[in-house]
Amino acid sequence: MSIYSLSINGAQHDVANGWVGESLLYVLRERLGLPGAKNACEQGECGSCSVLIDGVLECACLVMAASVTHADIRTVEALGGPDDQLSDVQQSFVTNGAVQCGFCTPGLIMAVHDLLDHNAAPSDLEVREAISGNLCRCTGYGRIFEAVRDVQIRRVERSGRSK
Amino acid sequence: MTAVQQGVKVRGGVGESVIRHDAVPKVRGEFAFSNDYQADGMLYGATLRSPHASARILSINVAPALAIIGVSAVLTAADVPGRMEYGLEHPDQPVFASEIVRFHGEPIAIVAADHPDRARQACAAIVVEYEIFEPVTDPEIALVGEPLHPNGNVFKHMWIRRGDQTLVGEVTVEGTYEVGMQDQAFLGPEAALAVPDEDGGVTLHVATQFLHVDRDQTAAALNLSHEKVRLVLAGVGGAFGAREDVSLQIHTCLLALRTGRPVKMQYSREESFFGHVHRHPAKMWYRHHASRDGTLVRVEARLVLDGGAYASTSAAVLTNAVCFSCGPYKVPSATIEGLAVRTNNPTCGAMRGFGAVQACFAHEAQMDKLALALGMDPIDLRLHNALAPGDSLITGQVLTGATPVAEVIRTCAAAVSGEPSLSAGGDMMARPGGAGRTADERHIRRGTGFAVSIKNLMFSDGFDDYSVGRCTIDSGVVIVKSACAEVGQGFVTLAAQIARSVLGVEHVIVDQADTTIGSAGSTSASRQTWMSGGAIELACRAVLADILADVAADNGVSASVLTHADGRVRSLNGDVDVAMIDHIATRQYEREVSHHHQPTDVLDENGQGNGHVSFAFAAHCAVVDVDRELGLVRVVNITTSQDVGKIMNPLQALGQIEGGIAQGVGLAVMEEIIVERGRVRNPSFTDYLIPTALDMPTVTIAALIEEPEPGAPFGAKGIGEPPTISSTAAVVAAIRNATGLELPRTPVRPQDIALDPTGYR
Repeated sequence: MSIYSLSINGAQHDVANGWVGESLLYVLRERLGLPGAKNACEQGECGSCSVLIDGVLECACLVMAASVTHADIRTVEALGGPDDQLSDVQQSFVTNGAVQCGFCTPGLIMAVHDLLDHNAAPSDLEVREAISGNLCRCTGYGRIFEAVRDVQIRRVERSGRSK
Repeated sequence: MTAVQQGVKVRGGVGESVIRHDAVPKVRGEFAFSNDYQADGMLYGATLRSPHASARILSINVAPALAIIGVSAVLTAADVPGRMEYGLEHPDQPVFASEIVRFHGEPIAIVAADHPDRARQACAAIVVEYEIFEPVTDPEIALVGEPLHPNGNVFKHMWIRRGDQTLVGEVTVEGTYEVGMQDQAFLGPEAALAVPDEDGGVTLHVATQFLHVDRDQTAAALNLSHEKVRLVLAGVGGAFGAREDVSLQIHTCLLALRTGRPVKMQYSREESFFGHVHRHPAKMWYRHHASRDGTLVRVEARLVLDGGAYASTSAAVLTNAVCFSCGPYKVPSATIEGLAVRTNNPTCGAMRGFGAVQACFAHEAQMDKLALALGMDPIDLRLHNALAPGDSLITGQVLTGATPVAEVIRTCAAAVSGEPSLSAGGDMMARPGGAGRTADERHIRRGTGFAVSIKNLMFSDGFDDYSVGRCTIDSGVVIVKSACAEVGQGFVTLAAQIARSVLGVEHVIVDQADTTIGSAGSTSASRQTWMSGGAIELACRAVLADILADVAADNGVSASVLTHADGRVRSLNGDVDVAMIDHIATRQYEREVSHHHQPTDVLDENGQGNGHVSFAFAAHCAVVDVDRELGLVRVVNITTSQDVGKIMNPLQALGQIEGGIAQGVGLAVMEEIIVERGRVRNPSFTDYLIPTALDMPTVTIAALIEEPEPGAPFGAKGIGEPPTISSTAAVVAAIRNATGLELPRTPVRPQDIALDPTGYR
């Protein structure tokens, strides 16, 4: 039995009496009350548990929690601003009908943020490739593509205005 | 014929792309899915499943599991206090196998422990001795073999016999077609939290499609009254038919009642493949007869569905497959035999399209084959035989509602004429196989294929199908409630839109779905917009009538002189003018309505009768690129037209259509549960592939035909299933067009193209 500490969304969380083999996904969901990362496959195929570990998009199900004690972990719960504001990607998913059952949604939101933070103007094919590790069974991806495109356009508009 | 009533103009009403209110918590990761539930002192459940598809259980020793510290309970069949079997239509499936195992993955025992890994370790510690049998995996062998279950091996055997049974057409074409076993593959695995109640009952928070049948089956197994088993809908991560049958409902409640503590059970993806039913594999022989001018004169067919180990909804799936075996075409003479058979394969039941998918794959292949034999354009052949209002189905039922078959065919075909006939080539990622197994551009052939489908809406064949809806107004707040399971499809949005359009009030709350209200029936069969939407519409209309009566009484006028528009109640002469919102601010109203659809017949021994309520039609045209040497396929585009009655929410309608097409594409080119000697070989998302963002074709909506359906709320037909039905057939037709191969089986695998023994024609 031991205690270790994780840095999640800028706050330290102690994990007490955790079994050392527990995945980051399990610890987030079952021990720390952060259920935003989802557990659709638990073998790195579906992307529903996508989180950022030191700025790199990872499947939380494939990472042992005890191995990332010195890392900066960001989950979907960190997105958005004060007063329940949504991030631009979150808002775009809502308004473009990209959410149905919603189980894949948090992982996709993380993946789309990661894509657009690294590539402000991805082609259609680059968008498809970037989110091809995130399975969605409800939408057929059409509204998700639309949501991504919408964020891209709005970011360009915003940066144009601020110049 | 019932007239279609429309609503009043109001923001957020019927016809608008209203945004779903649960999207905000969903994008924030705050929406509580069933596996997000927690409770103080909660234990975790796990299931021990049979590794064999057919066996006799000689002994079960749970002592080693109970000896593990942290394990609170280990339960087997001996611990079931009530009915030992459950089932949607026929209770033939044991809560736990205790003597005979009939499929790979059948539950033997369950465990509750303080950690999910400990619960799994405890399952592994249970010692079960089996006498292993050779499983019966071929339905044709099961038909003539020893019974695998006391109820026998035939779930249903039915015939449709219509018209002259001896007729022979001038031109005949014949074929045998196969459909593989598809998984619904919803993203949110089965999960539930059971909390024991002080009265000896239990509350179950569960992701399901049909709260009340879960409750009834669970109460029977627990030997509790319905009142003591309370089900609350927890967040549902997709369903598509797989949550219609009981999976872990009874098990979770058993553990909670035994331990006296809250128990959470959640399946892993692997367990999910064993925990729910799948789409029936089908083998279908057809012979179509036509005259030289292309008029269909007769269809003969024999459809055999592999139902797997237990009944589930096999009988109803078969009825659908047989009723729609000839597609949306006029067929004056038909002889159709249907069989749903028990085997030792995984149990099959409901999946989006429910029998119509399998039939469509065969009847559309036959239509193309017939067009070829006649030297006729396949679109012209379909238009020539398309059902129209007043025509009869092969069940003898006359079509009285909206029947825009020719319109969906014509609009879909018109939208794709002029598409480029050659592959664009270009980016490797856009070629068949993508970056990993990139096709050589020179080997890529483009093909197009067309398919049309018919699907019944709502439950058929004499089922008393209903939904209960309630509208409450308290202190100016409108609340609507039903037990309709929101599974992702967007009913919560539609319910509010319907209430707004009836009452002319913007602020509407859709209450939690649970068993404190009457049944809503299942979220399946494209039925909830009509059934629960209709129930809520009627409840709201009843409240509106009460409001008008009160306004009339308040003002000393007759309610008949009052009109309701623009959020105001006015008299014709203008003396009365009351804002709805002001009136309801101080009043209370409540109406509850049980909404039944028109009764349907049980089909007679010749499969004749008015067995269905309503029908929806769709056409799909697929464009594919195929590398014939590697057998790789990329579905480039799907164009569709669909008969929708009325578009309730354009954005959600589009989402249903695109999502349905994705599942149809999956069945065409990649999705199949591989079962070898009864054993499931690919129970994971590594080995069972569903379309990714790179696999998904572009979708073009050629037309959504809005011909209001009599009797439906606002004239709206259900739209969830048709996109899945003919898209599969269209994609495979396109691959045939590109390759010249027969391809009588779906999904089409690389070896079916690259290693076809008949070679290229």
